[in-house]
Amino acid sequence: MDVPLTIRELPREKYVLPGHAACPGCPEAIGLRYVGMALGRRAILVIPAGCTSIIQGLSPGSGLAFPIINVAFASSDAVAAGVSAAKEVLGEDAVVVVWAGDGATSDIGFATLSGAAERGDNIIHVCVDNEAYMNTGIQRSSQTPRGAWTTTTWRGKAEPKKNMPLIMLSHGVPYVATASVAYPLDFIEKLRKAVTIRGFKYIHLHAPCPVGWRFDPSETVEIARLAIETGMWILFEAEGGRVTISPPSRPYMDKSRRKPIIEYLKRQGRFRNITEELVRELEREVDEYWNMLIKLSSQ
Amino acid sequence: MRITLTGNYCVAYAVKLARVKVVSAYPITPQTTIVEKISEMVDEGEADIRMIRVESEHSALSAVYGAASAGVRSFTATSSHGLLYMHEMVWWVAQARIPLVMAVVTRTIGPPWNIWTDHHDIMDQRDTGWLIAMAENNQEVLDETIKLFKITEDPEVFLPGIIGLDAFVLSHTVEPVDVPDQDTVDSFLPERRQPYVIRAGDPLIMGNIPSDLVRNARMRWDVHLGLRNAEVVIERVDREWGKLTGRYYGGLTECYRCEDSKYIMVGIGSWVGDMRIAVDSLRDEGYPVGLLKLRYVRPFPARRVYEVVKGSRGVVVFDRSISAGSAGPLFLDLASHIHAMRLGVPVKNVVAGLAGVDVGYKDFENIVKRFVEEVEGEGWVREFLEFYPGR
Amino acid sequence: MQSCRYELPLSRPKVGVQGVTGSWRVRRPVLERSRCIGCGLCWLYCPDSVIDVEEEGGKFRVSIDYTYCKGCGICSSVCPTKAITMVEEV
Repeated sequence: MDVPLTIRELPREKYVLPGHAACPGCPEAIGLRYVGMALGRRAILVIPAGCTSIIQGLSPGSGLAFPIINVAFASSDAVAAGVSAAKEVLGEDAVVVVWAGDGATSDIGFATLSGAAERGDNIIHVCVDNEAYMNTGIQRSSQTPRGAWTTTTWRGKAEPKKNMPLIMLSHGVPYVATASVAYPLDFIEKLRKAVTIRGFKYIHLHAPCPVGWRFDPSETVEIARLAIETGMWILFEAEGGRVTISPPSRPYMDKSRRKPIIEYLKRQGRFRNITEELVRELEREVDEYWNMLIKLSSQ
Repeated sequence: MRITLTGNYCVAYAVKLARVKVVSAYPITPQTTIVEKISEMVDEGEADIRMIRVESEHSALSAVYGAASAGVRSFTATSSHGLLYMHEMVWWVAQARIPLVMAVVTRTIGPPWNIWTDHHDIMDQRDTGWLIAMAENNQEVLDETIKLFKITEDPEVFLPGIIGLDAFVLSHTVEPVDVPDQDTVDSFLPERRQPYVIRAGDPLIMGNIPSDLVRNARMRWDVHLGLRNAEVVIERVDREWGKLTGRYYGGLTECYRCEDSKYIMVGIGSWVGDMRIAVDSLRDEGYPVGLLKLRYVRPFPARRVYEVVKGSRGVVVFDRSISAGSAGPLFLDLASHIHAMRLGVPVKNVVAGLAGVDVGYKDFENIVKRFVEEVEGEGWVREFLEFYPGR
Repeated sequence: MQSCRYELPLSRPKVGVQGVTGSWRVRRPVLERSRCIGCGLCWLYCPDSVIDVEEEGGKFRVSIDYTYCKGCGICSSVCPTKAITMVEEV
């Protein structure tokens, strides 16, 4: 039984530097700090088009202190596969991490992701999910939840959020996990575990965006936590397909302990016009997904 | 070693001899047997190469771009729609200045579906910043692929390069070739060099937004300069290869009986072989015709072309593709460059061999005869652009 | 940064790459040290790495870099003792 990580043990080298270009309260910047704490100098980041492309700020400077290849939108996992293969050929130690938004992961880069997963390329794919194409100004993606306003779904998105963790589980890859910017130690531990596993690893990081979800920038972590407390986001990991609900989400396996999802929805302007009927529908979907995961986990 | 090989197998042997370390494989007719052969070599223990069996051509180039950026010699091959699918990455690799070699088996573009050769796919890349070489026969495929690793990795160049070979005519046709031994190639190809390497522990960032747009503009112009500077490197590397193997190809261009000619045929690719035969027949009949074979489309060998055509009475440029709405791309390059050098020689563009239509030496003879008679009679060409659909 | 004769699209890490981002603020975090228990949560969640901590007697001593702090308020929001309050910039 591993001793749980504490804040005191976290390294304090800065991989996200003060004065970068992210919006105030940006969850991607928070998440990148955890990547730095988890992986340090071993990491090489492959970053497709998305918010983090901009967060780096203006060349010849960079607000991120990792080695980074910025790449075209649909290409990230394939580029990473190449980097990983080359490093093995050269005998150079490196942890190759794709840091991709929900667009690059589940839409334009979906085939690339699936290809890398199916081949078992030795990389970690982190999907930093702010649930829309934020970098181009809040357009809907397949990760946008049902009912959410975006600039291409003014009356709220009609389709449900595509379940990427489940899709990656179905690929049979050695490690799939979900994470949240509200639970940094959990995310860091998952990254460090992923590094010890050879093959394709997928971590889906829930990243509430103040600008696109319409809440005050101070509330990023709070909203991320509410997602867990209402059960709308579930923290779990699956090693070799065996699902384990992660400690922060375990209390919410019990439906009576889950906060009503309206507590989460009402804090975000993007759900302002959501109907009661849709809230009930979302509640049902949350329950169904929980039931499925609990069955898979046999916990 | 003297054996018989298809053009595609020549590419595979060259890749093995060049000690490429990472190859991405995605099939498309008529390129597929390149990556199949490399795969077989790896599985038989004849080549030490990591194969990445990608799920698309976009990923094929992305994967070798990643490997090359991370410091190893890499290679992939494609054609037609595959090349178009990876087009965005073709630009990316060139502007990232990462040396890489790719084989393009030239195949036409649909619809309709058509696997035969023309040059639309490869010509579509001419703006990207890649070196583009076109082979006439399988020996040249083998030799130039090896040379391209040396050329692209030269610090005066530091750009990726394409070796083009025509679908089926070369790719699937067996010819006798001389395969150099490993020691010869090892003495010829130095350790890989590249302008930068992405590695863990070294926080180098490639590609974020520039604060100074002028610097960005200079990057783009520098890609052009890289191609211009490649001319000298191409020439030098070819001469070195010539000393080593006895096969020197003329560098950027080859002049066949053009020194004492009055009319020049210009072409690229496999049908240049047919043009040679046509030149000999035409000469026998008293037509003072010569052939200027362009070995490289990019960099465009403008100065060489000028030197050859300046004393001529007429030039006929054969294009196996058309920039729709304008004219054939080789013609567009040639005519504008020699005009820029103040040369007023009549230039005719014959667009032929599209969609795989076969054009042989008899066709060339007839076309050139008509051209010569036209210029001799009228002093210029009546129609500068002619479509030759085939017999 | 490179010896290559050609201009390359390369960068190196730089603090303040986007300028003095502290000028973005409309409110600033103000720390009341007497309430601070040195848990380090503000440091842990700051998106801009502008909060630094030093170990001091088993707790963290917090300092805030106002040159780059964007005033998002996450530190205030996560502080368990409300030791950080957001004050309007004048």
